[in-house]
Amino acid sequence: MNLTLVVLVPFLGAALTGWVSRYGRLRSAWMAGAVTALALACLLPSLPVPFAGETLIQRLPWMPGLGLDLVFRLDGLGLLFALMILGMGLLVILYARYYLDADDCMGRFYAYLLLFMGSMLGIVLAENLILLLMFWELTSLSSFLLISYWRHRQDARQGARMALTVTGLGGLALLGGFLLLGEIAGSYELSVILASGEAIRAHPLYTPMLVLVLLGAFTKSAQFPFHFWLPRAMAAPTPVSAYLHSATMVKAGIFLLARLFPALSGTPLWSALVIGAGLTTLLIGAGIALFKHDLKGLLAYSTVSHLGLITLLFGIGTPLAAVAGVFHIINHATFKASLFMAAGIIDHECGTRDMRRINGLWRFMPYTATLAMVASASMAGVPLFNGFLSKEMFFAEAANFFDQSAWSWVLPVTVVLASALAVAYSLRFIHDVFFNGEPHDLPRTPHEPPHWMKVPVEILVAICLLVGILPTLTVEPLLAIAADSVLQSNSPAHDLAIWHGFNSAFAMSVIALLGGLLIYAARRPLFMVAARHEGLIDAGVLFGWTQRTVIAAARAVTAALDTGSLQRMVALLLISALSLGAVGMLGVTAPLTGPATLVPADGISLIVALGLGAGAIATTALHRQRFTALIVIGVLGLLVALIFAKFSAPDLALTQLSVEVVTIVLLLLALYFLPQHTPAESSRVRRIRDLALAAIAGLGTAALAWGILTRPGETISGYFLEHSVPGGGGSNVVNVILVDFRGFDTLGEITVLALAGLGIYAMLKGLRLPGMTLDPHGRPWNWDLHPSIMAALTRLLLPLALLVSAFIFLRGHNQPGGGFIAGLITAVALIMQYLTNGVEWTHRRLNGNMHPLIAAGLLVGTLTGMASFVFGYPFLTSTFSHVHWPLVGDFELASAMAFDLGVYLVVVGSTLLILIHLGLMRSAAAQERD
Amino acid sequence: MEALISILIGLLTACGVYLVLRARTFPVVMGLTLLSYGVNLFLFATGRLTIGQPAVIDAQAPGYADPLPQALVLTAIVISFAMTAFVIMLSLKARAELGNDHVDGHADEEGRA
Repeated sequence: MNLTLVVLVPFLGAALTGWVSRYGRLRSAWMAGAVTALALACLLPSLPVPFAGETLIQRLPWMPGLGLDLVFRLDGLGLLFALMILGMGLLVILYARYYLDADDCMGRFYAYLLLFMGSMLGIVLAENLILLLMFWELTSLSSFLLISYWRHRQDARQGARMALTVTGLGGLALLGGFLLLGEIAGSYELSVILASGEAIRAHPLYTPMLVLVLLGAFTKSAQFPFHFWLPRAMAAPTPVSAYLHSATMVKAGIFLLARLFPALSGTPLWSALVIGAGLTTLLIGAGIALFKHDLKGLLAYSTVSHLGLITLLFGIGTPLAAVAGVFHIINHATFKASLFMAAGIIDHECGTRDMRRINGLWRFMPYTATLAMVASASMAGVPLFNGFLSKEMFFAEAANFFDQSAWSWVLPVTVVLASALAVAYSLRFIHDVFFNGEPHDLPRTPHEPPHWMKVPVEILVAICLLVGILPTLTVEPLLAIAADSVLQSNSPAHDLAIWHGFNSAFAMSVIALLGGLLIYAARRPLFMVAARHEGLIDAGVLFGWTQRTVIAAARAVTAALDTGSLQRMVALLLISALSLGAVGMLGVTAPLTGPATLVPADGISLIVALGLGAGAIATTALHRQRFTALIVIGVLGLLVALIFAKFSAPDLALTQLSVEVVTIVLLLLALYFLPQHTPAESSRVRRIRDLALAAIAGLGTAALAWGILTRPGETISGYFLEHSVPGGGGSNVVNVILVDFRGFDTLGEITVLALAGLGIYAMLKGLRLPGMTLDPHGRPWNWDLHPSIMAALTRLLLPLALLVSAFIFLRGHNQPGGGFIAGLITAVALIMQYLTNGVEWTHRRLNGNMHPLIAAGLLVGTLTGMASFVFGYPFLTSTFSHVHWPLVGDFELASAMAFDLGVYLVVVGSTLLILIHLGLMRSAAAQERD
Repeated sequence: MEALISILIGLLTACGVYLVLRARTFPVVMGLTLLSYGVNLFLFATGRLTIGQPAVIDAQAPGYADPLPQALVLTAIVISFAMTAFVIMLSLKARAELGNDHVDGHADEEGRA
């Protein structure tokens, strides 16, 4: 349980933090710190488990039907990352409290930061791949919010968008990779996947799966050629950079490499791709970093380079390389975060980050300078600092790789060159910023920052030193269990000593240090060369070009298709649908007519069919005489109802009958406000085109219907027929399906109906349209508004109609009927009153406000469904029992009936709402005319 | 019987499609009504044609019509009523705002009618 809490606490805390910031900005900082500490406290009870060499797995059922549970695992690797995320989070929270200006919204910042922290924890603790992916996407989203925190700045918005696009694309690839991986391994659980490495590597789908997974990891960890988003994300506030781009976000890709290392590594393809990406990134990042004049730009490219280094180690793939990779993850996080924080302090105090203007800061802030120098020395890999230890292990692995093939000399040589560049840019960071003359026109006079702003840097630098000098006493236990869980076996013996004797690794270290000094000494001519070729290797430019081209292409397609004409769009839609249908039909060799025995036609059916056909054609031919066409449509609806009745669907016949009445009344009312004639304005060509489209569509559906009807039917309805009485307590299977088996669907449908009613109400509100006074033949529209015989008759009929509706409703579970039909009958009965007696007359006697009715219906339906929760059953489980009613006899009372009541109320409410308001509009128009 | 139903479905679809392609709102609404008749019949027909055997459980019944398409079509009828109502109100709104009942929704040059 506690692992779930570790992940969920930051998410819940994010909302809380945003809320408390209303009561003072510093409270949000305290709250964020408290939430992080709480998450850390939740983690602590499980701490001994990974140290005992075991993996803790905790499972909460979530969607068991999909095989997706909230399942978290804690092993060495997960613990290492979780500690880094939470510990670094605390430091960043403290640092940001002093970094953010008075006009920056602190609550928003900390809320985003906690969201991100929760997502990151989710990634490193997830046991299920799909769960991992969800948190992966959440980090993309929350980092977007963090990078664009200063949303008034264009570069922040652009950088955030680029980061989101690149990592989002990677997430998509990763989804594909994970789905393949899950299919290959037969499970999405990491425990299974990590144990079936052999089978995964031998599978024919290994190659596409690996490529997709690596795309995800490389985009996230800014590996070449996807590295360009990281430097642009430096527009974020520096605490964000310190957190995301040193210890967490960019390490997620590396984490994935480490996590899946036992399952995926060890093939030539893995080595080629991972070594290739890592090596290129290592060199290019280091090369560009040296020439960046922006302090954070230098650190960003240096981060890219170090990420390449770690990737390369996992690519080399030996157990010792993996240990070195994990070790460098820790070291890089500590020295890079402290450097970012130092850069933030310098930026904060000087008002600029341009190293051509910041010089000689030693005099102004010697203490910060000392801290930054220690961290840079660690970044350069100077002995006695932690960066040296992992770098030496890295050199050793690179040198061993030397023996394996003819081309392998490339690796150590590039590695040494990149390390020399790293020494050079670290030197530049120290020398340019703290020495090298005087500052040039700084916006502010620099001085030491507030004490508590330096504390996080002090802690990190202390870790750098402690780990660097006393590795076995400090980091060794954590490193050992993390490496064990990366390798899924006991990690090989490794000696975290500072001095290993005069070996090749030591030689490479010395060459790198000296080379770095030389490069830095020759920096002026190098800078001039770099200035001439600036932007030469910038994938971001390509990214921008691609983005612009894609958007322009999308706009062009839209403009070509959409000319603002609905007719054209409908025609295009039909043509596409028909073409798709035609393509599907192509190459089908089976005969259209199937083998089923057919039902012989009888005379009456023939007459009904002829009537229906003639009516359809008449409607189309007469459509310009709207009133006539509408009357014909009314007849058509009744004929369709007859067809339903003929083919054993009494419920449908009843529904169709009542809906038809309501629809025709509605259309008649609407026609009152519309022109009575349709002008003849379509050209002959247009009419022929439309006729052709209509003919093809008609032929297609007719052929499809014939094909289906002449084949014997296979249905899943056996289940419903069998369980209707014992399970649903009703013998009318159609109604039991509606209110019981598929009750959730019905709930959705009545919600749609309610929404349509409310939407129409909103549209009609305040709408004023002039109505007709004369009909098309020049006669007055009506000469007897409320015919008295009809009025008297409908008043008489009302109680009878309501009785019928109640009867239909009550018997609906066992005989044709039910809430839908009963609702429509009630609606028709009431509409008749409105029609014959007038809206005002009826309004005086009947409350016309239908909103409470609709709301009550939805509420009854939902509450009936939720009542089953109380008894421990899933939503909308029904129950029933028999009741003996005097006079009526034995009667079944099912809970589904309450649900049906909800359906009834919504149908009555929505139907009346629509018609009453249209009627009100009509009488308003009539009054205006008078 | 199957041939009759197939032809009717085709005819209703064809007439509906032709009307949906018209330039004024009211014929389009009528076309949608015809189309929904056709579609509902089609959905209903996927349960095959059965005469005199409604899906009401009875010990003496020789067999039952397929209840599933019926349940689907029942809600489809009600929903298509809601859709028809919505579209016709939309056309009223358009008439009030634009002064005409053309489907493309451009305002009259002389303003409101």
